Amino acid sequence: MHYVFEPGFFASGPVRVALAVGTVIAVTSAVVGVFTVTRGQSFAGHSLADIATTGGSGAFLIGVNQFWGYLAFGAGAAAFMEMIGIQRRRGRDVATGVVLGAALGLAALFLYLGTQYSTTTGASFTILFGSIFVLTPSTVPVLIASALVALVTVLALARVLLLSSLSPDIAAARGVPVRAVGAAFLMALAVSVALSAVIIGAVLSTALLIGPAATALRLARSPVRAAITAAAVGVLAIWLGIVLGYDSYYWPPAGRGWPVSFFVVTLIVGGYLVTYLRRGERRADPQTPQENVDAEQACSPA
Amino acid sequence: MFTGVMANTWITATMVAVIAGVMGFFAVLRGSTFAAHAIPNGAFAGAAGAGLLGLNVFAGLAVFSVAGALGIAALSRRARSDVATALTFVMMLGIGALFVSWSSQYAQEAYSLLFGEVFGVSTGEVLPIIGFGLACIAAIIVMFRPLMLSSALPEVAAARGVPARRMDLAFLLVMALATSMTVPVVGALLMFSLMIGPAAAARSLTARPGLAMALSVVIALVTVWIGIAASYQSNWPLGFFVGVLGALFYLGGKGYAAVRSGAPAGQRARA
Amino acid sequence: MNGDLLTLNRVGVRLGGREILRDVSFGLRPGQFTGLIGPNGAGKTTLLRVILGLQPVTSGEALLDGAPRPARDSSIGYVPQKLVIEPDVPLRVRDVVSLGLDGHRFGIRLPSRARRVLVSDMLTAVGAQRYADARVGELSGGEQQRVMIAHALISRPRLLLLDEPLANLDISSEQGIVSVLARLARAEHVAVLLSAHDMNPLMPVMDRIVYVAAGRVAVGDTDDVVQPEVLSRLYGQHVDVIRVHGRILVVAAPEGVDEAEAAAEDAGVIR
Repeated sequence: MHYVFEPGFFASGPVRVALAVGTVIAVTSAVVGVFTVTRGQSFAGHSLADIATTGGSGAFLIGVNQFWGYLAFGAGAAAFMEMIGIQRRRGRDVATGVVLGAALGLAALFLYLGTQYSTTTGASFTILFGSIFVLTPSTVPVLIASALVALVTVLALARVLLLSSLSPDIAAARGVPVRAVGAAFLMALAVSVALSAVIIGAVLSTALLIGPAATALRLARSPVRAAITAAAVGVLAIWLGIVLGYDSYYWPPAGRGWPVSFFVVTLIVGGYLVTYLRRGERRADPQTPQENVDAEQACSPA
Repeated sequence: MFTGVMANTWITATMVAVIAGVMGFFAVLRGSTFAAHAIPNGAFAGAAGAGLLGLNVFAGLAVFSVAGALGIAALSRRARSDVATALTFVMMLGIGALFVSWSSQYAQEAYSLLFGEVFGVSTGEVLPIIGFGLACIAAIIVMFRPLMLSSALPEVAAARGVPARRMDLAFLLVMALATSMTVPVVGALLMFSLMIGPAAAARSLTARPGLAMALSVVIALVTVWIGIAASYQSNWPLGFFVGVLGALFYLGGKGYAAVRSGAPAGQRARA
Repeated sequence: MNGDLLTLNRVGVRLGGREILRDVSFGLRPGQFTGLIGPNGAGKTTLLRVILGLQPVTSGEALLDGAPRPARDSSIGYVPQKLVIEPDVPLRVRDVVSLGLDGHRFGIRLPSRARRVLVSDMLTAVGAQRYADARVGELSGGEQQRVMIAHALISRPRLLLLDEPLANLDISSEQGIVSVLARLARAEHVAVLLSAHDMNPLMPVMDRIVYVAAGRVAVGDTDDVVQPEVLSRLYGQHVDVIRVHGRILVVAAPEGVDEAEAAAEDAGVIR
């Protein structure tokens, strides 16, 4: 046991905070991620992450905790996307890519200016790649509360989201306010991205959103099982990432620990690739042109 | 502003802009702009790793860029690989973060690899960049006609015996070379802006391929030159200017095209 | 038309400067199986969307039980044209059918045995029990149609609308769907309005026909409506109706046929 958990692990304050906050955020991200991938909005998630980079850098520049920057810019971007009517399966559009490039250029500027005026070392790295062990204590309640709000929102909208991803027309015909529901989801997505950015960095946050969800979709068939599987994968990746990150303080070469975000992302990607080992995955029921026969048989008792 | 170390900067940046303009033209034509998003991530990891090991940064860049290009070529053949490719390239960023964290100047290095660092380019670094640039140009000249054909009219090219997959691979490999020279100058996260922005803008302005390619190069050059001058004066990072100018030129091109075509024919009747 | 479940009174729809539907009037009674027949682009989908409340009318009105349709109303079931569902969407067939009961509600609901039985029975009724646990994105066209019919019917609507459910199906699947629909509609006394561009598969089960062409309709029994004079007036050009072996073919006359001449010829043939 001593070899897995280096001394002081369980007693360490930052570790406990990291585990608690990390778990809540991992679960939220995973569940939101399942709906994101189902609705074909992965690219929106990626865009929000880039915009969050700008937000975090801007927050750093004005001396505010980067979570507020991630959140404000993310929410703003989500509102903008909703206004211009982001269609569902918008792929990697050139337009979006170029506009995001401007956002990243702005992030470069904010980071540069911020480092000129601030004494905090390593701020760029923290914003880009996260720092789960140095979460500001005063932000912890906010982080957990935001995560719960996003999670509850998505769970409350779960059925409606599934119905509208099946067919927006059917949903609209049943009286679902499809546009409003989409907007609410986009906001929950922005919050998720902001939260993931806090713990593994804006640049890597997409992994926590999409990875566990994509893995779960390969393993589970029903929405409930997919959400549970995704949450499990995300939480596992965060826990292992934290353990390894803590242990790595004793590892070469630098004696200051490997980034937790590196472990988390590698574990998530590894987990996803592992699902490909089940080759020759058979489908539940082979297709046979027997539908007519079945219909007839179903007819007879009636 | 034009002497000494800055001379190196101007030469390097000019070369980079020319190559970016040409490669971007083809990338937009082929619709494979994703490579311009993904390969730089691998380049970031490679540069970080090489820097750590004290190896030539360009070697690291080249190796990882080529690996990334081969990876894209391999993965693009699998049916449902969107997620796999996205995750792999995020992982490249994670690995780069790891390498960078081992260096003593990790914040500074992360910043310069992701957002670019064109000043203080030593003569020792100018030569590899020019070398890559010339290699790219040579490759493009050799491949020009089959590349144009397979990019613009893939079915015709296939009928004429131009092997599509080999063209794809060749294009990706040249893209890897172009990446290796562009990333040190504008950064991994902004390469897309320099390569695709001007090219897409040029595409909106003209349909003629020769003119579009020339315009693409011109816009890229203007972007970079304004960027360097502004960066020199203000000390603000070049990446900022490249990102913003890239977007401005792109939107300008789209706006011009929209205005020129008159009122949008958007009164689409319901089918 | 009192006592009609659905009433359309002189409905007109204008979209993007074009008149899609003009002066459409008809009524549907419970238990009636009506075919909404017409060529592609005639306005069938628009008409269905009007009834669903998804398309506002420019003139006229669509009434349910003699009154405008309320917003949250579950008396109309809808099976859209072929849905595009990615294979990895986490919805099993039974999940989709379950959504037919409460997919429009907010909040979490706990699983219940009664619901499971209801879903299971519905699946058996449409003949989809066999693949109840398969992912809906992996089904064939015919299987998916059955599932969507189950989804629409499980909330016990009084009116069922289907948009081109038979398009892209092979003959045996077509027949399967038609017989399932006819059986279930009769059993539950549901009014069915099914759009198609080929009326022949529906001949055995169709009570009435609403023929749509060029935005206008002709309503009545098949034998009354599908006549050259009626249809020619609808189409606004000469149309022939060919009956062979119990099948009906509606054929537009070749270019250059003189209206008067053709009419005279028909008259001569009939007399």
